[in-house]
Amino acid sequence: MPCRRGPRQRKIRQMPTSPEAAGASVPSALPARRDWPLWEVFVRPRRGLSHTHSGSLHAPDAELALRNARDLYTRRQEGVSIWVVRSSDITASTADEKDSFFDPAADKVYRHPTFYEIPDEVEHL
Amino acid sequence: MSQRVLDGTVARYCLALGDDALVLSQRLCQWAADAPAIEEDVALMNIALDLIGQARSFLSYAGVREGCGRTEDDLAYLRDERDFRNVQLVELANGDFATTMTRQLLFSAYQYELYEGLSRSSDEEIAAVAAKAFKEVSYHRDHAATWVVRLGDGTDESHGRTVAGIHAAWPYTAELFEPLDFDAALVGLVEARIAVDPASLHEPWLGYVTSVLTKATVEVPSTTWAPAGGRRGLHTEGFGYLLAEMQHLHRSFPGATW
Repeated sequence: MPCRRGPRQRKIRQMPTSPEAAGASVPSALPARRDWPLWEVFVRPRRGLSHTHSGSLHAPDAELALRNARDLYTRRQEGVSIWVVRSSDITASTADEKDSFFDPAADKVYRHPTFYEIPDEVEHL
Repeated sequence: MSQRVLDGTVARYCLALGDDALVLSQRLCQWAADAPAIEEDVALMNIALDLIGQARSFLSYAGVREGCGRTEDDLAYLRDERDFRNVQLVELANGDFATTMTRQLLFSAYQYELYEGLSRSSDEEIAAVAAKAFKEVSYHRDHAATWVVRLGDGTDESHGRTVAGIHAAWPYTAELFEPLDFDAALVGLVEARIAVDPASLHEPWLGYVTSVLTKATVEVPSTTWAPAGGRRGLHTEGFGYLLAEMQHLHRSFPGATW
């Protein structure tokens, strides 16, 4: 049986630290492993519910991110649908914006739908 | 075929199916904590676990049909090398990640066609196990294909490793489609539509594998060397070591649990 190089041996052979250092242009379809981008994973637990954030993972591209998400976050029947989004594509509010973003809502009780009577016949409200 | 002969033949057939899954699972477990990324570690172990589930079903059923009171554990842990009926492809060394993924592609694509056929087996137990396992191996095949395309059509380094992986595994695929005529009773199972004729799986298998390799810019090997014998208990040198690792705990401490 032919003996192929095993994973341990491969780790000893360090790759050059950057493509430029290797003196090569790298038109690789996949980024090197250390450059795998971060992806956020959203799982819909069952029909009728929204996708909710489950966590994040590394993957070289969207297709593999989806597969990794399937293996990491739905192996115990947690979901029926998965979204993956590149973390860098998410625009998030910052802690500095907390006061201006969220505090003004604190004293607007009239925005809660609690100022009218609900007829007895109305269910599921 | 008398009922007693039929039982024994079904048992031998299920033993082969179970051994394929068991041995590949044991091989894949050698990647635990050593895969290229933690995400891939989990993916490989998921595949190994699916295979263990298939092995348990087939070995348990083989024990029942054999009628000697042997359990799945007896069959997995207390048989010797020459009693295992798995094809040699599944016992091949893991090599690097590309080698493991090409072996997985070739084998999962075979299991995909096999279980699809067996899900219509006239033996209800086999049909039920195959129908469930078909969904699992559909994912295994897809996962392996996804990687083979990326590695084959990736850098010069990954392309070279993928080509080497395909060449290492390819000769061993011939055995997957060998007729079962070394055991006349097994041929009878095919006629009774309990088993699937391995030769009938070759064409769809080759079509799928060729489409993936073409996308991966890897040529389909044209080798004619075709080692075989796993189904008759003849195995490669590395197989004894694999069995020793898998069986030694149970043999040293019979019935050990935790």
